[in-house]
Amino acid sequence: MTHHLKKKLLSNSIEEKDKYVKAVFSLIVENESGVLSRVIGLLSGRGYNIESLTVAPVNKDEKKSRINILTSGTPMVINQIKEQLSRQVPVYHVVNLCEQNSYVARELALIKVVSKGNERTEALNLADAFRAQVVDASIDSLVFELTGKTEKINAFVDLLRPLGLVELSRTGIAAIGRGCRTIY
Amino acid sequence: MTEAMQKDDINASKPKKCNEMTGAEVLLQVLVDQSVDIIFGYPGGAVLPIYDVLFKQKKIRHILTRHEQAAVHAAEAYARSTGKVGVVLVTSGPGATNTVTGLVDALMDSIPIVCISGQVFRNLIGNDAFQEADTVGITRAATKFNYLVKDTQKLAQKLHEAFYIARTGRPGPVLIDIPKDIMIEKAPYVKKSKVEPYPSYKPKVMPDENAVFKAIEAMKKAKRPLFYIGGGIINAGKKASDSFKKLVELTDFPVTSTLMGLGAFPGTDEHSLGMLGMHGTYEANMATHDCDVLIALGTRFDDRVTGNVKHFSPNSLKIHADIDPSQINKIILIDVPIIGDVAKIIELMVQFWEKEGKQSEQKKDLKNWWKQIDEWRSVECLKYNQDKAPGSIVKPQHAIHSLYKAIRKRKLDAYITTEVGQHQMWAAQYYLFDSPNRFMTSGGLGTMGYGLPAAVGTQIAHPDNLVIDVAGEASTMMNIQELATIKQYRLPVKIFILNNHYMGMVRQWQELIHGGRYSESYSESLPDFVKLAESFGIKGLRVKTIDDLDKIIDEMLDEKGSILVDIIVQQEENCFPMIPAGAAHNQMILGPSKK
Repeated sequence: MTHHLKKKLLSNSIEEKDKYVKAVFSLIVENESGVLSRVIGLLSGRGYNIESLTVAPVNKDEKKSRINILTSGTPMVINQIKEQLSRQVPVYHVVNLCEQNSYVARELALIKVVSKGNERTEALNLADAFRAQVVDASIDSLVFELTGKTEKINAFVDLLRPLGLVELSRTGIAAIGRGCRTIY
Repeated sequence: MTEAMQKDDINASKPKKCNEMTGAEVLLQVLVDQSVDIIFGYPGGAVLPIYDVLFKQKKIRHILTRHEQAAVHAAEAYARSTGKVGVVLVTSGPGATNTVTGLVDALMDSIPIVCISGQVFRNLIGNDAFQEADTVGITRAATKFNYLVKDTQKLAQKLHEAFYIARTGRPGPVLIDIPKDIMIEKAPYVKKSKVEPYPSYKPKVMPDENAVFKAIEAMKKAKRPLFYIGGGIINAGKKASDSFKKLVELTDFPVTSTLMGLGAFPGTDEHSLGMLGMHGTYEANMATHDCDVLIALGTRFDDRVTGNVKHFSPNSLKIHADIDPSQINKIILIDVPIIGDVAKIIELMVQFWEKEGKQSEQKKDLKNWWKQIDEWRSVECLKYNQDKAPGSIVKPQHAIHSLYKAIRKRKLDAYITTEVGQHQMWAAQYYLFDSPNRFMTSGGLGTMGYGLPAAVGTQIAHPDNLVIDVAGEASTMMNIQELATIKQYRLPVKIFILNNHYMGMVRQWQELIHGGRYSESYSESLPDFVKLAESFGIKGLRVKTIDDLDKIIDEMLDEKGSILVDIIVQQEENCFPMIPAGAAHNQMILGPSKK
């Protein structure tokens, strides 16, 4: 446990102890069937919330996958999530990136807009401003691809809602620490 | 194949080359290699190839329980009373689902179990085949680890891994699900020594010496110290108990234990305050509340121990030693955490304490602390008033106390199992355990029906010792079929039923919290337990009044075979002391004789 978290845990101020904080966990796990269910089952079984989750193999030779989990809770709960994940047999490493100095987190969204005329032009203008790509188009529909911070995607999506947004597909975040440090 | 392997081959008369073994033979060879000599199980379609190989060999003895849940409880008690891994063999579908309660029980109480379940053929998985169930899906949250073997090449490796994972770190149940076609196919055998431990699994065993040193510093300054010990010390082996005894001798600190830790430190030692928590003793709970340094060893601050966490031991510095890092700061914030094998931690504590010694100042402080403890002890919180007049109904506390006294008088090394409820708490209060591995009880999960199969497993492990299932009539009914197992293997298990015609603990809570509305807690339509035992070919006796109690206890202890004693006890007796929900340890309710 980091000194920072310990100070928060032992703090007498009720506000500090009971305040919800964000956590971004990156896990390196054995790439085997059932491991993802074990991780998700653990979180839901113990009543922790999952805001987003991504998973993909990162080293096929060593059969390792990386799972990124965005969650929140009191400092005590965040610490429990980390320890509970760490003790799982097929889990190699668990790091809460929020405890590190800084990290980069990005997600990808595919957004379908059905509109014509001014609304369609306006959507294309906004896409330009947000640097979103048009990856599919028909006479009355567009599919945008946008990569970026969650907040940026939220903003873009909110702007497109009145302009004919009909369907949305988001990946949840992939995250990595800044600098030369790695999580293993 | 080496010579050593041939000698240990499960089919020694016709030694086979590794590549000629079937999956089922590989499985049995793994068991032999892992020094398993007893397994508990129940056959069925998907495990017939394994049972066929079992039939042809003599190294591994199979104990047939009458229900798969009972097989797991028997294996748990076998593990708890010996320190070895308990092994279970069941079939697919209902065989596997019936083990779930036992597996969760083992998970909560950190008991090393390897459960092998059969599965339908690989090409049928996912087809809703006969007796198919998603066993690894169902048991994922019930096990420390589980695995569906899909590749015959990996069978031996995965089985060896299962034993390693079950017994190392914080022990627990591991389930390996094996499709039937893998049992029939030729499979390579891999020796135990050739298997690399699971790469991502590295439990931390060696403690940080600095942390232990910090703990000793705090212990040296303590004015009102208290050891709070749990089942972790028993799991860490006999040497952990032995060095803990030494540590207590050196420090002269008082000791309180959880239900799971009873026996890790002698209950008759003057340093022992008994159990703490909801039904703990007055002195243990008052000491927990008032201590200034609390040294928690191999325990996890269960809610039955802490009660209201806001008021738990409010003014103490807390030291917590455990092998599972996730237990630190889970419930109670810890000042000095020590992660590692508790046996090694205690050993280090002894070493450091011997070097430094206690300060003369502390001797004076401890004297005052012991004076305070003696005052609490003088409350005699476990005192009860048994009417001794002829014809009086036996009090349940008196039945257990009398049993304990009779066993002590005979100097027997007895193993006690219990079911769950009032009788379990009374056993924990009135039966003082002086050695580890003698008390088998369902702590974390509180599984009614645990005691009878647990007595089977314990007696199998210790055929010449006295094994008693201290039971209630409602719990006994939950795995009553195990009387047949007891009869089949001629196990001299003694069944000591405190029969109050109620689910006693449920009734107690209904009386105290739900206005005496005894909703569904009356044991209606009970069998005549004496006749029931007799129908299984087991002797049965009944105690109706105080007049027969001691005589029948003697008769039970003299009996060479199995015997069931049905004791009619006072129906509305409650288990005290008790910390009501939400209260602090110093607000416990004492029994009616103390009011």
